[in-house]
Amino acid sequence: MDRLPKWADVTLVPLVSLLLAALCSALVILAIGQDPLEALDVMIQGTVMTASGWGYTLYYTTSFIFTGLAVTMAFHAGLFNIGGEGQAQLGGLGVALALLYIPWPHWSLALLGAACGAALFGALWAAIPAWLQAKRGSHIVITTIMFNYIAASLLIFLLVDVLRPAGQMDPATARFGPDAALPRFHEIPGLQTLFQRYTADGAVKLNAAGNIDYQIVPANVTFFVALLLALGVWALLWRTRLGYDIRAFGKSEAAARYAGIGATKIIMIAMILSGGLAGLMAINNVMGEAGRLVQNSASGAGFIGIAVALMGRNHPIGVVLAAFLFGFLFQGGAELGLWTKIPIEMRIVVQGLVILFTGALDVGVRMLLTRLFSLFRRPKPVAGGAV
Amino acid sequence: MDYNTLLQILDTALRFATPLLFACLAGLYSERSGVFDIGLEGKMLAAAMCAGTMAFYSGSAWVGLAAGIGGSLLFALIHGLTSITFRGNQLISGVALNFLAAGLTVLVAQRLFGQGGRTPPLEGAARFGTITLPFAEEARAIPVIGPFYAEVISGHALLVYIAFACVALTWWALYRTRFGLRLRAVGENPAAVDTAGISVTRLRFSALMITGILCGFAGAYMATALQAGFGKDMTAGRGYIALAALIFAKWRPVAAMWACLLFGFFQALALRPDVVEWVVRVKVPVPFLDALPYVLTVFVLAGFVGKAIPPRAGGEPYVKER
Repeated sequence: MDRLPKWADVTLVPLVSLLLAALCSALVILAIGQDPLEALDVMIQGTVMTASGWGYTLYYTTSFIFTGLAVTMAFHAGLFNIGGEGQAQLGGLGVALALLYIPWPHWSLALLGAACGAALFGALWAAIPAWLQAKRGSHIVITTIMFNYIAASLLIFLLVDVLRPAGQMDPATARFGPDAALPRFHEIPGLQTLFQRYTADGAVKLNAAGNIDYQIVPANVTFFVALLLALGVWALLWRTRLGYDIRAFGKSEAAARYAGIGATKIIMIAMILSGGLAGLMAINNVMGEAGRLVQNSASGAGFIGIAVALMGRNHPIGVVLAAFLFGFLFQGGAELGLWTKIPIEMRIVVQGLVILFTGALDVGVRMLLTRLFSLFRRPKPVAGGAV
Repeated sequence: MDYNTLLQILDTALRFATPLLFACLAGLYSERSGVFDIGLEGKMLAAAMCAGTMAFYSGSAWVGLAAGIGGSLLFALIHGLTSITFRGNQLISGVALNFLAAGLTVLVAQRLFGQGGRTPPLEGAARFGTITLPFAEEARAIPVIGPFYAEVISGHALLVYIAFACVALTWWALYRTRFGLRLRAVGENPAAVDTAGISVTRLRFSALMITGILCGFAGAYMATALQAGFGKDMTAGRGYIALAALIFAKWRPVAAMWACLLFGFFQALALRPDVVEWVVRVKVPVPFLDALPYVLTVFVLAGFVGKAIPPRAGGEPYVKER
């Protein structure tokens, strides 16, 4: 059977999958009686055409980089970590505990402390399924699904019965102190000029106190942390001995065992790193945006990580690009819910379609492309009559 | 707690166990044939939406049931195409279909009814009514067993009884028919089945179609019997609890029934925290009861309660020749 050229395998397969997913999404929008082109226009206007649109898109992108990297890390060890959602929620718990009970003098130290808490709790929540997989042979997919539900129940209990301040009605923790607030894009010197508001005659708009009136956006310094981590994951997987072991184990468990790579060790390390990455997402949404821990804090980002990793072909560069695509979809989907008759759930449909085409129909798309390629390829001269 | 309260809880448990049981048996066929299906949740949701919608338009619960089965079958077919025909990753396909169902059901219901992704409430013949079994009232006089028969066994929708009939049917089909033997074989060693001249593809597709039909029953029961109409995300993780029950039961039909009854009982208990508190003398937070099925399943998976060994060829697409 013919094989695809490498460039086609790396670029064409995901692009064709994405195109098919986009086509199906357009059909869905048509089927509910709306205009797909108009929808696309609304999405573009609300995301990349305005500064505040960018502020929201990059905020979501940040979350998805974390969860996408988490899935990627486990994938390279041949493990499908479906529990990013639960690990991210536990990460939120770690952030909340670190910020509620320790008085941090400065946001940078608070960020460090909260990141440690987030990574620790996320890693712990992934370590139990990892141990069960390594030692007791229980399937990691099923256990991580179960742990998502257990995490949700645990957090409901903690937020309702333990961490909720007296007299507060909604199940959430108290607000974190002002010193723990991360600088958001409109507060970072240099970057903030992008978020100035203008009056009708083009002058910079001032607020009542005479200061510049910036547009408030949720994107924060965590975005740069996420980019650094993407680099770190790349370096770990492709430039260290441990990364080599992890990838070897993922390619062939039997061969890796034969080469003296311990299965338990790799499963544990890969899942702990994966859970830690998923947990770290909480510094973006819990610390950077909400300023307190609320119920269902991860709001689906853990699951989107699966789509991001699949779309990004399990490579950190791909993950960052795919995370941006999903940030665009997420923010654009919210805009659709606001300005058109297309419900906000459209973004779940698109997410499902992307996972379906890039993940499950991967082989099918490749088969299709291989056939197309062999149509246009010159038949090779047969040497010596051999077949 | 008196006997009547217990009967009430058992009655609720039976009603909650029914969708779990349909979905669990559905998963049993698919997984026994060697195709992992974590898309039970999505199929149930699709079926619930189709059933709620068509029952509303036609005024007949039976039309709703047929529509529910149709919607669920469509999703089963996509799962078959991706994981059998195109040899894709079965787990990823299941995840994708769950998302698709979660989004599409709301989109369609919103388009048709404009009520925020719900169908209008169903009444009368659009729902499955309760059936009083013969002699239920007369039997009440018999101590202990009488009220149990009248309160718990009698007075459910027809689909509840069908679910339990399906357990017997599945046991018979799995262990006493040629199809069942082949089904079990194809999940363990598809190459052997292929060598015997039986099509692996056809066998697995028929298993998935049965999965689709049973999930259709589960969803239709949710929308037209347990509740009156479809609501956004109404299955609320029941597909995953059914999956947990399937593992808990170690992929066996009769054990699946007991597992679903147990998990249904937990769900019923979660509605009555006062009773739980009375029994164990400590205040048990409701979230703990909600998490119990999942925790138990983790214990079973870990092999602390006997070993749960899945069908050996599960999750791997079958490639005829190399």
